[in-house]
Amino acid sequence: MTHRGSRVLHVGSLSRVEGEGALRLRVEGRTVTEAHLEIYEPPRFFEAFLRGRSYTEPPDITARVCGICPVAYQMSACAAIEDACRVSVDPVIRDLRRLLYCGEWIESQALHIYLLHAPDFLGRASAIELARTHRAEVERGLRLKKAGNSLMEVLGGRAIHPVNVRLGGFHRAPTRTELRSLSEELKRALDDAWATVRWVSGFEFPDAHTDAALLALACPDTYAIESGTPTVLRADGTSGSFPVRDFTERVRESHVPHSTALHSRLDGHLHLTGSLARFAVGGRRLSPVAIQAAIEAGLGDPREGAVCRNPYRSILVRAVEIVYAVGEALRIVEAYEPPERSFVEVPPLAGTGHGATEAPRGLLYHRYELARDGSVTDALLIPPTAQNQGAIEHDLLRLAQRALAERDPGDEELTALCERAIRNHDPCISCSTHFLDLTVVRTPGGPHA
Amino acid sequence: MSAPTLAVFKLASCDGCQLTLLDCEDELLALAGGVRIAHFLEASSAVEPGPYDLTLVEGSITTPEDAERIREIRAASRRLVTIGACATAGGIQALRNFADVDEFRRVVYAHPEYISTLSSSTPVSAHVDVDFELRGCPVDRRQLLEVITAFLAGRKPDVPNHSVCFECKQRGTVCVTVAHGTPCLGPVTHAGCGALCPAYRRGCFGCFGPSGSVNLPALIPLLRRDGLDDDAVERFLHTFNAAAFDKELRSP
Repeated sequence: MTHRGSRVLHVGSLSRVEGEGALRLRVEGRTVTEAHLEIYEPPRFFEAFLRGRSYTEPPDITARVCGICPVAYQMSACAAIEDACRVSVDPVIRDLRRLLYCGEWIESQALHIYLLHAPDFLGRASAIELARTHRAEVERGLRLKKAGNSLMEVLGGRAIHPVNVRLGGFHRAPTRTELRSLSEELKRALDDAWATVRWVSGFEFPDAHTDAALLALACPDTYAIESGTPTVLRADGTSGSFPVRDFTERVRESHVPHSTALHSRLDGHLHLTGSLARFAVGGRRLSPVAIQAAIEAGLGDPREGAVCRNPYRSILVRAVEIVYAVGEALRIVEAYEPPERSFVEVPPLAGTGHGATEAPRGLLYHRYELARDGSVTDALLIPPTAQNQGAIEHDLLRLAQRALAERDPGDEELTALCERAIRNHDPCISCSTHFLDLTVVRTPGGPHA
Repeated sequence: MSAPTLAVFKLASCDGCQLTLLDCEDELLALAGGVRIAHFLEASSAVEPGPYDLTLVEGSITTPEDAERIREIRAASRRLVTIGACATAGGIQALRNFADVDEFRRVVYAHPEYISTLSSSTPVSAHVDVDFELRGCPVDRRQLLEVITAFLAGRKPDVPNHSVCFECKQRGTVCVTVAHGTPCLGPVTHAGCGALCPAYRRGCFGCFGPSGSVNLPALIPLLRRDGLDDDAVERFLHTFNAAAFDKELRSP
């Protein structure tokens, strides 16, 4: 059997799902000269077959890029197409979208923490194995994940590929009773989220540092989820932002032979999106309770400029983000009054629209060109993992290099080290498992020659 | 007697159907106690070689490598169950079956020569024998658990073959076509989702593919009556089970 794994999202063929991955390290003596994360996810050609579809269809169709973050695809698609049609939605609909998205954040981040990432810190192959010694913790993780799913099921119909999202809003707005029915489960989830923060705070974190530019959406008065302005914080501490419509001017993609994913660079530099980037760019906009969680987790106070650049510690940021998302969900549920209309009309308009939202794994950008009758003439999807791949490879190179310089580990140890490093970035669920066929090409000069 | 072994494999797909298994939060640990998970990359880095007692496969065949791989998987599996629209009907990526794949490649990739792919997306059953096909984009959690427990117990899964209309009636949902003139694929779509879309005031869009005995051509005039032109009818049928509906249209 071949090993399968790295799901790297990809623009175009867009599989954000477990691609088949392999890592090729070239080691000369004790120097790593090359680290390639090779992705072989079968191309699925979303951008090609979106051409000629109706502008109403991308929310449902692009959801199928990714079963882990379908809401992210639906939301970025709606944002981009509504931008093209120059329509903005009512505040209540915006809140409902944010609520649905919170469900996905809770589910996806809990999945990553408990099922994919924590086993690494505790030396287990899986959460199921972990449950033999840490049953209460694994059950708590599943309960938390389920709370996110419940939210998506009530508001969206189901947790994977929800059916209730449409351009302009929702097919049907939930009743107050339907949303209120979630309160108890969410209150329990808040306790579980805090317990998660405390649990992961006790893990041992190897030293690591990424100097990639951190890119996330930012909002003036809230932690960005379903909308915002792309904002970058560079390693030298400088920052800047740009309008969503300039995204492809700033983030350039190139196609490299070892991958069916496209690699991207921000202004020519490696960049990273996702939890670390969101916390760096928008941490001070977290709720008081989430800021408290960040301080207790040892991340520091984001209001005083605390930034986390250690990818191993991203699990802490994810835990804080769950605290935040559960709190947001509770706030929206409790304040909810059903809107007069569940969607605003979106008449078609010829032109181009851009949309970006924060998927659990990072910034997801969509761009559509529409004809006058509303048919899609061009589509572009840039998922977070495609953006992160370059920074992940750089991370691997540095880690492997450091290990070789310090202790010259054998191939097995090097493989394990690289797999962990990849999982830190949550590049999609199956990356978190055993997918690296490590080929170490050693050339004369080292002890293994 | 040792626990039966379970394997989960993925081909071209979105991961949603295997995630459905992890979304069985209340049953996951109990299930894991009753089987040995021998190969499930999404959930575990511990991998054992076959043979496997029960194998679940998500995804369609779109590359020469996967066409080969599915034969290896079949050979290593006592029972093979396909899960989801990709594995049972080719999925959304089967839209390539109606188009020019070389053009698709050029649209998406700067260097199309790097990309190896087949011109069609086909279900697993087009390549190897399949013991059971579970429909859905994604599959339904309750049905997935039913299929797994049925196979582990050596009985036939209790998965009805009727249409979504039956589920609307069971759910007490007013017919969206009759009451509001909303185009709906419910009459020709396989049950299993619990008739979700009509409960959210939208027409069924066919996630589960054609139902057991369907007369699809008879539905077309109703869709036309409810405001869909020829192109819209084609788009309606050409989503997650495009190849399966297309076959029904040509040979009911």
